[in-house]
Amino acid sequence: MKTDIILSGVGGQGILSIATIIGQAALSQQWYIKQAEVHGMSQRGGDVQSNLRISSQPIASDLIAMGAADVIISMEPMEALRYLPYLSKEGWIITSSNPFVNIPNYPDTEALLDALKAHGHVKLIDLDALTKEHNLGRAANMVLLGATAEFLGLPFETLADSVRTVFESKGEAVVNLNIKALEIGRAFK
Amino acid sequence: MNKKLLLGDQAIAQGAIDAGLSGVYAYPGTPSTEITEYIQTSPAGRQNRIHHRWCTNEKTAMEAALGMSYAGKRALVCMKHVGMNVCADAFVNAAMTGVHGGLVVLAADDPSMHSSQNEQDSRFYGKFAMIPILEPSNQQEAYDMTAFAFRLSEELHEPVLMRLVTRLAHSRAVVTLGETVEQNALNAPARSQNWVLLPAIARRRNRELIALQPDIRRKAAESPYNAYTDGGDHTLGIIACGIAYNYVMEQYPEGCLYPVLKIAHYPLPENTIRRMAAECGRLLVVEDGQPFVEEQLRGILPTPCTIQGRLSGELPRDGELNPDCVRKALGLPALPVNAASPLVVPRPPALCQGCGHRSVYEALNRIVEHYPEARVFGDIGCYTLGALPPYKAINSCVDMGASITMAKGAADAGVFPAIAVIGDSTFTHSGMTGLLDAVNSQSPITVILSDNLTTAMTGGQDSAGTYKFEAICLGLGVEREHLHVVTPLPQNMEEITRIMEQEFNYRGVSVIIPRRECIQTLMRKAKAQKK
Repeated sequence: MKTDIILSGVGGQGILSIATIIGQAALSQQWYIKQAEVHGMSQRGGDVQSNLRISSQPIASDLIAMGAADVIISMEPMEALRYLPYLSKEGWIITSSNPFVNIPNYPDTEALLDALKAHGHVKLIDLDALTKEHNLGRAANMVLLGATAEFLGLPFETLADSVRTVFESKGEAVVNLNIKALEIGRAFK
Repeated sequence: MNKKLLLGDQAIAQGAIDAGLSGVYAYPGTPSTEITEYIQTSPAGRQNRIHHRWCTNEKTAMEAALGMSYAGKRALVCMKHVGMNVCADAFVNAAMTGVHGGLVVLAADDPSMHSSQNEQDSRFYGKFAMIPILEPSNQQEAYDMTAFAFRLSEELHEPVLMRLVTRLAHSRAVVTLGETVEQNALNAPARSQNWVLLPAIARRRNRELIALQPDIRRKAAESPYNAYTDGGDHTLGIIACGIAYNYVMEQYPEGCLYPVLKIAHYPLPENTIRRMAAECGRLLVVEDGQPFVEEQLRGILPTPCTIQGRLSGELPRDGELNPDCVRKALGLPALPVNAASPLVVPRPPALCQGCGHRSVYEALNRIVEHYPEARVFGDIGCYTLGALPPYKAINSCVDMGASITMAKGAADAGVFPAIAVIGDSTFTHSGMTGLLDAVNSQSPITVILSDNLTTAMTGGQDSAGTYKFEAICLGLGVEREHLHVVTPLPQNMEEITRIMEQEFNYRGVSVIIPRRECIQTLMRKAKAQKK
């Protein structure tokens, strides 16, 4: 069993915490993991991505080959589309549908969402609306993770346990909020 | 067994701690910064059992580490690849003095220049200094090799260079930790004369270092980190260095059908390579960075076998390796790929909202507009982003400190006004000496020392000169009436622009210090206080 995941977004959107939780869950299953991150200059509002590979067998490369990713998890629709060449033909895109516009030539949103829908295997999630509706504060990224759960090859409970472990030090309220967000994401169709 | 999920950088740091490290010396630089940060926040670091304060630049770091080695203790120096240029004098001469306590120099290269101005390959420095080089291929090796490097350094009485690339430095995997070693006791070197590199002694040391080469080569040839694996098909032999090995093995999950020589310890194991060349008609060299190995194999005279790699075009001449280009070089068909969407546009990094540098460039542009002949020499840091829209405010960015000295040279040539923009940490790193030059020759330049009280680009490390800049500038001879401190906020725009214009017109050295804390460190502190 092996899952190659590309996480993407804009610097500061919290893609690395999603990676941490999946990584932790994979480790709890005695899986192997490699997670390449972007540090440094790009974190200043530029595009950021992380290659996360989890597998029951040893993993050689830190990077995912083009056409080989099983899932793209993105906090931002254009950033999801950026990595399309990395996605396998059967791969899924799970992305926020809310654009983060910090450049003057940001593409037309409708065209962008249409391009994503054209891929077929896609979950477009209005994270802003869901977060507001359920009062989820800063846990939007956990909604996204919950919506991804079925594609990771890991039992949902391992992800929930991982959320508990990672947020434990921040108190019960934060843990519960993030678990709630994870469940809402899981229920998203 | 003790296991940890670690970045390549952190694996090096943990390896050094477990190997009885007494001091880490470094200046922050992507992708090496996390090594020192890990040691600083480790239990041994917090209890101050390991010296871990940031240094002013890579040269002071290298020399301090050499001093710790002189005293018999194990020291680690970490830097990004271009830091090797800054400490090159100390580095090369550390091979001439030799070392006492183990000395490991860690250079983190940045192929593809994710956060750098060039993609120089640090392995050339190791060869230049005639010392062993280690290049881990994965996080576990990064951990294991660090202890190995310290032992090797003490056996040979020479520094050992470890080379990382960004992709390993910033990638996580599970590492199994090994045994821990106590720190060395304080003890004096046996041959204390070696450390005095007067020409007569240096000539002797040079001959000794040359005489040590067969030993250095033998240890590399016998190294557990250079591994030859035979394959049934001898039409091709693969030489894969460091992380490149992973990209090769990724293509062959069931095992490679060709012979593979994995190199992680230099000098090159010559006999194994000669044997491979004799057995295989063709060799493919896969290495991240510059064609360091390929050039050595190729030479300029005809070789009995075909050598392929970055120079022959099988692999790209520049940029970091990846599974795709390695797959192509191995003659394997590409996977079916979705076409890139034409809608996607680049999203370059930008100065943060609320950053003081923004107000600096805003003011600068307002004045420079009236001086079409003005040239603004920039430097290395977050504020280099001032080169991009909307500001497009700087005309150069070369190396740490070059803003001041280039402005001086341009002013000497007649450029007016010649303006330098430099950050606080870059100024203490390499700007102070240039400012002294400018003062001594009374060059008409204005230095804008944009002080955000931190080393911001690399994540907010301590800056060596915080709260000392007025004293430093005055001490270097800047006149008090031409030294100004301002607060870069939009509401102060009138004052800042007035001072800028006044000083641009002064025919001597002036320094303007816009000072306001980095918005990132400020927010982090506010968040920590809330907890």
